[in-house]
Amino acid sequence: MANNRLTRLFQEKSGNLLNIYFTAGFPKLEDTVTILEELQAAGADLVEIGMPFSDPLADGPTIQASNQVALENGMSIRTLLAQLAGVRERVTLPIILMGYLNPVLQYGFERFCQDAAQVGVDGLILPDLPFAEYEEEYKPILERYGLSLIFLITPQTTDDRIRKIDALTDSFIYMVSSASTTGSQVQTNEAQQAYFAKVRQLGLKNPLLIGFGISDKPTFELACQSAHGAIIGSAFIKALQQPAEVRENVRSFLQQIKG
Amino acid sequence: MNYAVNERGYYGQFGGAYIPEMLYPNVEELREKYLSILQEPEFQAEMQELLRDYVGRPTPLYHAKRLSERYNTKIYLKREDLNHTGAHKINNTVGQILLAKRLGKKRIIAETGAGQHGVATATVCALAGLECIVYMGRIDTERQRPNVEKMRLLGATVVPVTSGSQTLKDATNEAIRDWINHPEDTHYIIGSVVGPHPYPDMVARFQSVISEEIRKQLLEKEGRELPDYVVACVGGGSNAAGAFYHFLDEPDVKLVAVEAAGLGVDSGHSAATSILGKTGIIHGSKTLLMQTEDGQITEPYSISAGLDYPGVGPQHAHLAQTGRAQFIAITDAEAMEALRELSRLEGIIPAIESSHALAALKEVGAGPDDVVVLNLSGRGDKDLNTILTYFEQQDGQQ
Repeated sequence: MANNRLTRLFQEKSGNLLNIYFTAGFPKLEDTVTILEELQAAGADLVEIGMPFSDPLADGPTIQASNQVALENGMSIRTLLAQLAGVRERVTLPIILMGYLNPVLQYGFERFCQDAAQVGVDGLILPDLPFAEYEEEYKPILERYGLSLIFLITPQTTDDRIRKIDALTDSFIYMVSSASTTGSQVQTNEAQQAYFAKVRQLGLKNPLLIGFGISDKPTFELACQSAHGAIIGSAFIKALQQPAEVRENVRSFLQQIKG
Repeated sequence: MNYAVNERGYYGQFGGAYIPEMLYPNVEELREKYLSILQEPEFQAEMQELLRDYVGRPTPLYHAKRLSERYNTKIYLKREDLNHTGAHKINNTVGQILLAKRLGKKRIIAETGAGQHGVATATVCALAGLECIVYMGRIDTERQRPNVEKMRLLGATVVPVTSGSQTLKDATNEAIRDWINHPEDTHYIIGSVVGPHPYPDMVARFQSVISEEIRKQLLEKEGRELPDYVVACVGGGSNAAGAFYHFLDEPDVKLVAVEAAGLGVDSGHSAATSILGKTGIIHGSKTLLMQTEDGQITEPYSISAGLDYPGVGPQHAHLAQTGRAQFIAITDAEAMEALRELSRLEGIIPAIESSHALAALKEVGAGPDDVVVLNLSGRGDKDLNTILTYFEQQDGQQ
């Protein structure tokens, strides 16, 4: 059972949680910590920092492009962890690192967990790490360093599998709003509402955050009616590409969502 | 040693299904059903009929006498180049389209590099009357224009992929993303023994007809089922997987997998994955993979568009690691020389992919009493432009 900023956040706050995703090293290599600080100042509740990958299978065009720019900027796991060293003196937000498994394996899975925990990371999202492999091979390593692993569920995930994921994880469950890659426009419809209701009725121990297709105040508020909060990624990446200075872009985007 | 896939989807330490949850239901449905569907007598009967009457199987096992003389050994060519659409690729697409129909799928997607698998998929979709969408890197759509036109003539939609490096690996990413966005009505026909379990095993089973026929044909011609060597080229590795399949557990049969060295293994322009790759994850499979120190997947190079995949099927990674197969790397120049040699010795113009296998004949070490079966995976018609350009440039330099 992890005891970190993430698990404590969910004990303290039970609704309207705003989780913002951004890609490390985007738009500029050195923007990572600036964005983190500004997100905290502007009222995000937790953050997901994307570790860029050459082949991000689960991501739509916006996040793919940000990954490519970040890699061209020279971002890597090594560089990201170096940027995060010392960040805990200024940033108290729970931090999740999100990335594909291959770069993590090349860094060394255990070494990665150790170094991430060292700089104050609380949890990981590794979407292509299979649940069975997590259970058998990786869970003890994550526990050793107090890191939570967050799993995704989709409208096609069976109840049994959701229960199993709920039983074996301990921070929150990432509820993908519809069958899609990131950044897709999500239409609210009856099927989706039925899916949200079904998952709520399972009585899971973990809180739920809804992601994919959350882009503005109305979609954020709608998601918060069905879950403990929501995750915004692609829309925030787009906001970071606005002409203003990066801090200003972060502030005005969060104002739109929370204001 | 066991070379088949285990129940968890692994070949030794390679394989598995490293996929995001959004893909899980699709892949899980396949995993649960593929073996039982493949074993249905009706499925088998329908597939056998198509392989015979539509694809043109069995393909001949041809004793290449002048080539044999040249290498002082006895060489048989397994003529996959004589299949409908010109390569072994259609063995797999015929099987998968029948499977897709039984799964009730309405929409077929595929990735393609050179366009051979795209054409083979568009062909069976026309046959089955199913919608077909083929993802192809934008750069490849330009390099392989005739195959794009063929696919369109067959009624398929070709989507040029502009993400990443705009080649095969990105076309595969895009096909996977399409599948994520269509979790219920779509089947993804992967073209090689790559991707998450059960794909490597399923595609190998559909290609295993190659080695099944070799055994029977060799018995007729040589009075024995087992050759001394089986030689095949490997990109993702589907023709090699099919040619090796029924010989994996016959330790007397030496298996030779031939990779593309491009401009040379150490040139920085190569696709010799078994030498240059490290264990990693690509397209849902743990396998040997060409990548940077930071784990970013790199772009391979070969003159052959069918061999420049940055990974290799997980079974081949296992065969390389255990030493069950010998891996040989052949450069562009060696392959092109072998292409010209076969054309002039036997009157057969091979695909550039298959020419890599031919070029390895000088290195396998077969003697006068040995029987070598070489899988001639495809014909060279599709490569004519590349071949002409290559030899023009070479003649210009001389």
